[in-house]
Amino acid sequence: MALTREQMAQRVSQELKDGFYVNLGIGIPTLVANYIPHDIHVMLQSENGLLGMGAFPTEDAIDADLINAGKQTVTAVDGASFFSSAESFAMIRGGHVDLTVLGAFEIDVEGSIASWMIPGKLIKGMGGAMDLVAGADNIIVTMMHADKKGNSKLLPKCELPLTGFGCIKRVLTDLALMEIKDGAFHLVERAPGVSVDEIKQKTAGQLIVPEHVPEMRL
Amino acid sequence: MAGLNKVVTSYEEAMAGLSDNMTIMVGGFGLCGIPEGLIAQMVSMGTKGLTAISNNAGVDDFGLGLLLKHRQIETMIASYVGENATFEKQMLSGELNVILTPQGTLAEKIRAGGAGIPAFFTATGFGTPIAEGKETREIEGRHYVLEPALTADFALVRAWKSDTMGNLVFRKTAANFNPMMATAGKITVVEAEHIVEPGELDPDHIHTPGIYVNRIIQGVFEKRIEQRTVQAAV
Repeated sequence: MALTREQMAQRVSQELKDGFYVNLGIGIPTLVANYIPHDIHVMLQSENGLLGMGAFPTEDAIDADLINAGKQTVTAVDGASFFSSAESFAMIRGGHVDLTVLGAFEIDVEGSIASWMIPGKLIKGMGGAMDLVAGADNIIVTMMHADKKGNSKLLPKCELPLTGFGCIKRVLTDLALMEIKDGAFHLVERAPGVSVDEIKQKTAGQLIVPEHVPEMRL
Repeated sequence: MAGLNKVVTSYEEAMAGLSDNMTIMVGGFGLCGIPEGLIAQMVSMGTKGLTAISNNAGVDDFGLGLLLKHRQIETMIASYVGENATFEKQMLSGELNVILTPQGTLAEKIRAGGAGIPAFFTATGFGTPIAEGKETREIEGRHYVLEPALTADFALVRAWKSDTMGNLVFRKTAANFNPMMATAGKITVVEAEHIVEPGELDPDHIHTPGIYVNRIIQGVFEKRIEQRTVQAAV
């Protein structure tokens, strides 16, 4: 079975380490916050100017001056700090964030990513995504392996306008966890019950399959 | 002493000198931390042909969305424009010229503008459409794009507290682009939630020193929330 959005978030959460500063993008990445292991301490960075993002507020604690990068009302944890957008992106661009998780429309074998516009259809803007992918070393992209018609989103070369060139090394889809190196996707883990053949068939870019591909443990 | 008391008592005074085709910077992230009254004043002035620099464009009926609705903005420099139908329509029809700029690059362009740095190299956007037509350089094996700084005729800033000399304190994530914009306007106008006397703010806790600020007005804010998300009370 392909992973649900929650299971994808759960798998990403296994990559969190004690003491990490983490930026979670909008969508599936946001759900990762629900699966942070209780025995580790991580601080969530929200690029609109908050380090130490907490849960959503209760009704009586809503504060219009305290939102996350998705413009949702949030809270701040003990030890949090607030700062300007320039300071926020100094952290990001300067490589101080330990793990960045974000979504994508397409990704390719060179590690390029497209996530901010579909010409003629949709333009939302890149927000902080271009800075995040350029600034971070440790990035996990979460996305669907293929679209609803079965067309692969893991390509030999991105067709949509790029968010970043050659900057992604790991991608988690609903079917598999892969590394990107030497101009190919390398299969690392497969979703429980998903066959290597299905992953092969839905990966348009070159896919390297090792002899043994373990199932993910969730 | 009066020379450093920058408080004005009307929005007309606060925005005096704004004219057609000027460039404005407007603080805020979404609807958080926007100078609501200064935006309303620009709507009532009817100023046209503006170039607006702001992370977002508000929503259809609030924030900078109001200036869009009245077709007062000709060029918009922003990082994210989703969730605003008017914006999307005007952009797709070509009526509005939009320069999408990565958020961190936008923040740094403004910071640089205020700090007298004409341009800077950043890895952000290399190899993407953002870098097209821009100078690039390889420095120690990485590729960078040259991004010019931004300044504006007017910088419109919302602060939590301002003393009468324009020393500013921001609150929580309402700071966002406001501190940099305060430094990058030829005329910086602050709309403050609270105006206090000099000496009332701890100099150690001032985010923006008053030297950057030209005018201060006491604001009244609706503080509309774009995405109201809550958890059940425990």
